[in-house]
Amino acid sequence: MSKIVRTISNLLILFILTFGLYVIMHGHLTPGGGFQGGAVFASGIALLIVAFGSYNIQKKLKEHHFSILESSGAMIFIGLAFGGIATVFFYNFLVGSPLFGHIPPPGSNPGDIWTAGIIPLMNIAVGLKVIAGLSVIVLVMALASSKIEIEE
Amino acid sequence: MTGTIFNIPFLAVAALVGIALYIIISQRNLIKLVMGITILESGVNLFLITLGYRAAGIAPIYTNAPEGVMVLPVPQALTLTSIVIGVATTALMLSMIMLTYRHTGDIDSEKSRRMKG
Amino acid sequence: MHTLVAHSAILIIAIPLLAAFLTPLISRVSKKARDILVIATLVFVEFLVIILAKDIYLNGIHIYTLGASSPSLTIPEHYMVPVRIILEVDAMSIFMGIISATVSLAATIYSISFMKEETGGDRFYTLLLLLVVGMLGLEFTGDMFNMFVFLEILSISGAALAAFRTRFADALEGGFKYIVISAVGALVILFAIGIFYSQYNLLNIAALAQAMQYTMLDKIALALLAMAFTMKLAGVPMHMWAPDTYSVAPAGTTPMIYIASQACLYGLFRTCFTLYGVTLNTATIGWIVIIIGVLSMFVGVTMAVHQSDVKRLMAYHAISQSGYMLLGVGVGLAVLGNPEALASYGREAMSGGIFHIINNALYKGLLFLTAEALFFRLGTRDLNKMGGMCRNMKYTSIFFIIGALAISGIPPFNGFTSKLMIYESVYRFNPILSVIAMLVSIITLASFTKAFQAAFTGPALPQYKDVKEVPKPMLIGMGILTIIIIFFSLFPGLIVNSIVNPATDALINQATYINAVMGGL
Repeated sequence: MSKIVRTISNLLILFILTFGLYVIMHGHLTPGGGFQGGAVFASGIALLIVAFGSYNIQKKLKEHHFSILESSGAMIFIGLAFGGIATVFFYNFLVGSPLFGHIPPPGSNPGDIWTAGIIPLMNIAVGLKVIAGLSVIVLVMALASSKIEIEE
Repeated sequence: MTGTIFNIPFLAVAALVGIALYIIISQRNLIKLVMGITILESGVNLFLITLGYRAAGIAPIYTNAPEGVMVLPVPQALTLTSIVIGVATTALMLSMIMLTYRHTGDIDSEKSRRMKG
Repeated sequence: MHTLVAHSAILIIAIPLLAAFLTPLISRVSKKARDILVIATLVFVEFLVIILAKDIYLNGIHIYTLGASSPSLTIPEHYMVPVRIILEVDAMSIFMGIISATVSLAATIYSISFMKEETGGDRFYTLLLLLVVGMLGLEFTGDMFNMFVFLEILSISGAALAAFRTRFADALEGGFKYIVISAVGALVILFAIGIFYSQYNLLNIAALAQAMQYTMLDKIALALLAMAFTMKLAGVPMHMWAPDTYSVAPAGTTPMIYIASQACLYGLFRTCFTLYGVTLNTATIGWIVIIIGVLSMFVGVTMAVHQSDVKRLMAYHAISQSGYMLLGVGVGLAVLGNPEALASYGREAMSGGIFHIINNALYKGLLFLTAEALFFRLGTRDLNKMGGMCRNMKYTSIFFIIGALAISGIPPFNGFTSKLMIYESVYRFNPILSVIAMLVSIITLASFTKAFQAAFTGPALPQYKDVKEVPKPMLIGMGILTIIIIFFSLFPGLIVNSIVNPATDALINQATYINAVMGGL
């Protein structure tokens, strides 16, 4: 792609990735959460692939990096679910504790980010998994279709 | 939204599902088949969100919420799960079509099938 | 031990899920550690299923509420309906769970020697464990939407496994057909779940069964659910994907994809018997299930007779045997509203159909594994090119003979017992159906005689002179299934009384299922 596209995408990528992480982090207060923020982040990676070409991106971001990120996201999620197994699986054991443990007043309230127990942590785990999963789908499809063009 | 037959979102659902079923049955191009499945999925997701609407309702978010009846939040969670599953299914189908094209050089379903009987 | 039993319903689903995502990390360390992890996970799941089964036969239905303050708190105070995802395991669910866990263990031990020669092994084991999670989750859940989610997990893993050997073009075609049919079927189920939620505001199966009023919209939802489950379990006339998909799946995954479609058979029974139950006009629905069963039996076996591809032949026989189960349970469904007919032959027909599920899973799994063993050593699935293998592959031919005799209903094998229960009770319902079933059994025997003669007997061909027996893990996998078949053949009365009859009673008694969750509300 031309120099204008590459320069603008270098400037924009910072805002896109930050917005994606913001949507992941505030999932328990505003619309959003793990999948939505991860999809925004992965579309930022797709912007980089379109602007710079999949071969150049593949030199830095390899597939096994994404595989490790995805597996660790899934294991954090299931580990948190096992954390409350003393009571019941998936029990919200962080409500009342210092980490994300405030209890909000019922009804309409200004949102407090330190509430909702294990839900923000599970949002982060799901966000990592979705970032890795969607980015590797876009990267591998871009690489495979460019090879098909080369073979023609 | 008076509850008569002219409830526009439900008519849109019927149109989307009908068009999608016609595409899935009649198209031979594999990419168009995947598009038909995506349209069917959009129709079913729209159906799930529309059935939760309550008259003059607001979004079901408690942060700085105004006064009023909230629409049902459970169908929105069901729709979100369905969208995620749809992304995974579409990615899998498109990958299989790309590999089939590499083997047979054709994405017409009549010309690229090998198994009959 | 008591806490292990109390939490076992969710551990059976969560531990393979954890192992599925631990596999790519461990396979960077060593390949042997990955194989040991997978086998150990499935052995632990089998152990948990057996102790949960013992507890259910003693103490009744097992409830687990995810995220509440105690496992059996389904309705908190000041609420009138159940909240949260509830796993409800009764005798029919644990029956299907025993089948899934056992066949998955045998098939995975079988797959270890296959995967030494293929690349991408860690993705194979991740998909395999996700398929196990999908099957067991579908069988244990008590919530309609959870059933949809596990059905999709099962379909995506199964399709990716079927298309695993991407160097063959027909593997991709089989996988593609499977995912298209599964996607359309699951979306139809989601539409029906939307219809239920819009009327009753409930997703829990027990709560829906209590609130069900059988309006016009409920009839539409029943038709959609029955059609979607028939698409997934390869009942005629929506069976076109099954021969392609079962014949191209690699290693030991064909029995597992087949057991996954039997889990959808369980979903159909759960919908007809427990979700709708006594509000249905059971004679009509029962006759529709019987007609689908008879068509499946007949079309399956007549298409199987002239096949030359050995796994495609076995896939058509799988379709035909599903027809027996639909026939048996369909007769039970048709007489559900008629108490004296139900007591005299309806219950026995249902027991025959349900017993046939486990028998069929065992001997069909064994036959699929022997066909894949032939492919592993000879590199071809075409019966016209094979011949004289019984000299080189002695154990495989013995396993094939046992499987073929069991599927044709020859005494004393277990296929004969369940088919006899179906013949006797269906004869008292309608004699013609029983005659068709016996005719199909005779044609099955003819077809397997042809397959055995083509592959194993005959003169020794020169190009297969130094083909050896299959490696030890594959023999162990096939041997596990054979030992269980022989055990079922020697003690059929014990198996019917201890496993099958509680499952039949669990399906017929809708009220027990509802009371376990609603608790008398």
